[in-house]
Amino acid sequence: MDLSFIWQPTLTHYLVLGAILFAISVIGIFLNRRNVILMLMAIELMLLAVNLNFIAFSHYLNDPAGQVFVFFILTVAAAESAIGLAILVLLFRTVRSIDVEDLATLKH
Amino acid sequence: MNIQPVVFYVFAAVLVFAALRVISSSNPVHSALWLVLSFFSAAGIWLLLQAEFLAIALVLVYVGAVMVLFLFVVMMLDVNFAKMREQFKSYIPVGATVGILILVEMTLVLLGGYFAPATGTAPAAAAAGYSNTRALGLLLYTDYAYPFEIAAVILLVAIIAAIALTHRAPRTSKRQDPAAQVKVRRGDRLRVLDMPAEKNEG
Repeated sequence: MDLSFIWQPTLTHYLVLGAILFAISVIGIFLNRRNVILMLMAIELMLLAVNLNFIAFSHYLNDPAGQVFVFFILTVAAAESAIGLAILVLLFRTVRSIDVEDLATLKH
Repeated sequence: MNIQPVVFYVFAAVLVFAALRVISSSNPVHSALWLVLSFFSAAGIWLLLQAEFLAIALVLVYVGAVMVLFLFVVMMLDVNFAKMREQFKSYIPVGATVGILILVEMTLVLLGGYFAPATGTAPAAAAAGYSNTRALGLLLYTDYAYPFEIAAVILLVAIIAAIALTHRAPRTSKRQDPAAQVKVRRGDRLRVLDMPAEKNEG
């Protein structure tokens, strides 16, 4: 029996890998629910999973347009992490903590 | 024997392991370093998918710039990370349940073979003169020129926002504070003492 169709990577393999990465980062957001830095890192992992799907489809459909979208996602993700970390530094200066639970003290 | 599946599985295993360490590491510096490794393995997988330009961009931009920014911020902040992990274990059941459900649902959809008829076969290897960067550039500067300029504006906005949020000018010069000047009351500046006008002698 020829099992090479399981062993040989296909589009489904890449999509399942992307799904595993996405699920790991969702779990990461739950586990590190109080740490803003780790939540930002989990979001970066999620974007990586999405990018992997885009590139896999782009390769298997023979259409480079998918890679252009990855290019834009990378741009927006870089902007997002820069602003997110700036807000984080500002938050730390204000409440001396980056705990999500301490954010409630900002309203007083 | 074709080397491609071996490379794929090695990179995928490293990627998944590094991602697990990112979310479970007790030290955020270690998390950032594991995230670097996962970006690096993802770049390897993108090379397998013949997306050379994006693989190099991922290594240069993410590993070179964004992750260094993360490391700077993690090391700059003096935070008690152990305190934030106190409830770490209590979130494992709900987090694992949601994550595994997401994974099972996605896998059920993907393994249904809905994509197989159109995309099951790997495309033929690119022709000898093919350049991924050239193909991407041809698309980016023609069909996607307008989104490309919007992306440039988004980056500019990000630069301005990051500087405006975190910039603290050094307070060396003596400058006026009009609000403080207006708020001043007589009592702040002038103190009237009650004392005898002349000392009695003799």
